[in-house]
Amino acid sequence: MLKLELRKEPSKLMLYATPFIALGLTILAGLLLFALMGKEPVRAITTIFFEPLTSLYSVSELMVKSTPLILIGIGLALGFRAGVWNIGAEGQFAIGAICGSAGALYFYQVESIWVLPLMCLAGAAGGMAWAAIPAFLKTRLNTNEILVSLMLVYVAVLLLGVLVHGPMRDPDGLNFPESRLFHDAAILPILIEGTRAHAGFIVALIIVALAWFVLDRHILGFQIKVAGQAPHAARFAGFSDKRIVWLCFMISGALAGLAGVFEAAGPVGQLVPALPVGYGFTAIIVAFLGRLHPVGVLLGGLLLALTYIGGESAQISMSLPSATTSVFQGMLLFFLLAADVFVNYRLKWTGRAAKTSAALRQAAE
Amino acid sequence: MSLMKHSKMKYSKPIVGALAALALAVGAASALAADKVKVGFVYVGPIGDHGWSYQHHEGLKALKAKFGDKIETTHVEKVSEGPDAERVIQQLAAKGHKIIFTTSFGYMNPTLKVAKRFPKVMFEHSTGFKRAKNVSTYNIRFYEGRYVAGIIAGKMTKSNTIGYIASFPIPEVVMGINAAYLGAKSVNPNVKFKVIWVSTWFDPGKEADAAKALTDQGADVLFQHTDSPAAMKLAEQKGKFAIGQASNMGAFGPKAQLTALVNNWGPYYIKRVQAVMDGTWKSGDTWGGIDSGMLKFAAWNKAIPADVVKLAEAARDQISSGKLHPFTGPMKKQDGTMFLKAGEKISDRALSGMNFYVEGLDGKLSK
Repeated sequence: MLKLELRKEPSKLMLYATPFIALGLTILAGLLLFALMGKEPVRAITTIFFEPLTSLYSVSELMVKSTPLILIGIGLALGFRAGVWNIGAEGQFAIGAICGSAGALYFYQVESIWVLPLMCLAGAAGGMAWAAIPAFLKTRLNTNEILVSLMLVYVAVLLLGVLVHGPMRDPDGLNFPESRLFHDAAILPILIEGTRAHAGFIVALIIVALAWFVLDRHILGFQIKVAGQAPHAARFAGFSDKRIVWLCFMISGALAGLAGVFEAAGPVGQLVPALPVGYGFTAIIVAFLGRLHPVGVLLGGLLLALTYIGGESAQISMSLPSATTSVFQGMLLFFLLAADVFVNYRLKWTGRAAKTSAALRQAAE
Repeated sequence: MSLMKHSKMKYSKPIVGALAALALAVGAASALAADKVKVGFVYVGPIGDHGWSYQHHEGLKALKAKFGDKIETTHVEKVSEGPDAERVIQQLAAKGHKIIFTTSFGYMNPTLKVAKRFPKVMFEHSTGFKRAKNVSTYNIRFYEGRYVAGIIAGKMTKSNTIGYIASFPIPEVVMGINAAYLGAKSVNPNVKFKVIWVSTWFDPGKEADAAKALTDQGADVLFQHTDSPAAMKLAEQKGKFAIGQASNMGAFGPKAQLTALVNNWGPYYIKRVQAVMDGTWKSGDTWGGIDSGMLKFAAWNKAIPADVVKLAEAARDQISSGKLHPFTGPMKKQDGTMFLKAGEKISDRALSGMNFYVEGLDGKLSK
């Protein structure tokens, strides 16, 4: 008989091993799935997980795709550490994109190096403002921040729709719902000639390093961790709950907003209604896959980006259905959550002999 | 989450470096034998939407049936019109596709960007208005079909209320509502249109909700400018009529479907791929109407009386021969200003930028 036994202390080894176990199980389940579908399983897996790494272009696209996931994932991970659940990063992303694009369109005629920094500031501020709503309601009225932040996603996306159908619409675009193409001054610098890899990826790497420093070395990081692990102790130590809630929402809102500007001013080059494609939600998987650790988030972001790009490759070269990507992402999260049991529990083999002797003892009593 | 501990892992090398090294090590992607003409398709919806993308896929099948081994086709479905589109189009171009059909409006700028990088690849963008040396545009004059369907709807409604499920207030959709209304009004001066905007092209749940709201408000014929058969199913359940959109939705509403406006992309795709094979492909703009065979009608519902069928067929044939244009003056906008003088036919340019309701339609058009 197999039995789950509570560990005395959570296993650190398992904590870091589970993402890899989950990835391994996902690949195994994927092999099985493709075999059942009658596709070549090994080729499908290599197409999804390795082919995107074999050309400079797809590596550059990996950077493009992972940038928003990493930025948002870092912000969410900080909050989740402190037990502050911002589920509405998608909305903060959209508002950030709107505010940043507003800068680009307002200064459409201006060719200055200040346009881009201004857009980034506007986007981050927009994301913060949107995140301030759940933070305010949480600290003032003790509302549930999960619901409030989540519901605001829909408001933000609709607002984006209204704006691109109206005031921010391209005046020469025959009423089609998109903004003008931004001027060069409002476009992020490209890292590799001929690709879309943009400076936002470097910013994401800097943010990872900063977040690592804050969590590891700074008093703020300590407060965040204590607030999440031992709220009573945190209060006892005089850390303000409200301050932590505000802090986490402001950081994650700013990063999500920044990610929004980067998408508009980076790979797309204009504001389009389909800009929010779910990074705010996928980043939740990224944060947990990365064990809420900045470096983990970086790796998780790259892995999830890989599944997106690999899924597309598989569609193109093997005509796998588009649902492949979502199935893989779902399996990854599923196996991760399942494997997480072993962080706190261990498997114990209770043999038949042990069981019978226990039964005998019970009978004797 | 209280058990999350802090990591002390150290990573000596930046991830990017490792990835780039791996990329170099494995080398460039494999080249393919270039005997067959490779044809690529990018779809916005799932093929199973039974609407817009489904019909493009039918066009792909027509290509295969026509050219067989001479071509190789690739399609990518559910490509969002945001940042992902450019990558998908780029990948298709990089993998040796000779001609690539990008089948949704939002792919316009990404198509142009990729086309610049691949001057030898031919691109065909559906429903857009920007062209380049290697980028053509193509579309169907759906409004012609909507006018004919409007005639049928105007005759078949008993409540004089026609429901219209609309997606986004872009010219394509606005001209569709206007054309359907003009058709209905031409045979039924008392007809009223109720329009619900669902802000999506494909969302069966929302479409069904809108259909229900419209029938609750008394509509007994439904139009839709969205892609799922949800409204058709609801009409069938409630014993109402509906006009199928993009594909023949008769299977979802055998009694409800009066007719369907069927997008028939096959002939165009065959013509363009043939041109690539012959080396005669040139950039251009195609806006095919009933006469081109790109717009078809599903079989008339048996419930439609013979005289109504006659009216509809007459309109269809007159539009096809060019005798009748749904937008012929005198015609006023909703606010009463004249936009077409008596006898004047609207220009394609004015039509493709249409952002107002014609006189007689209720409700405000969101701009």
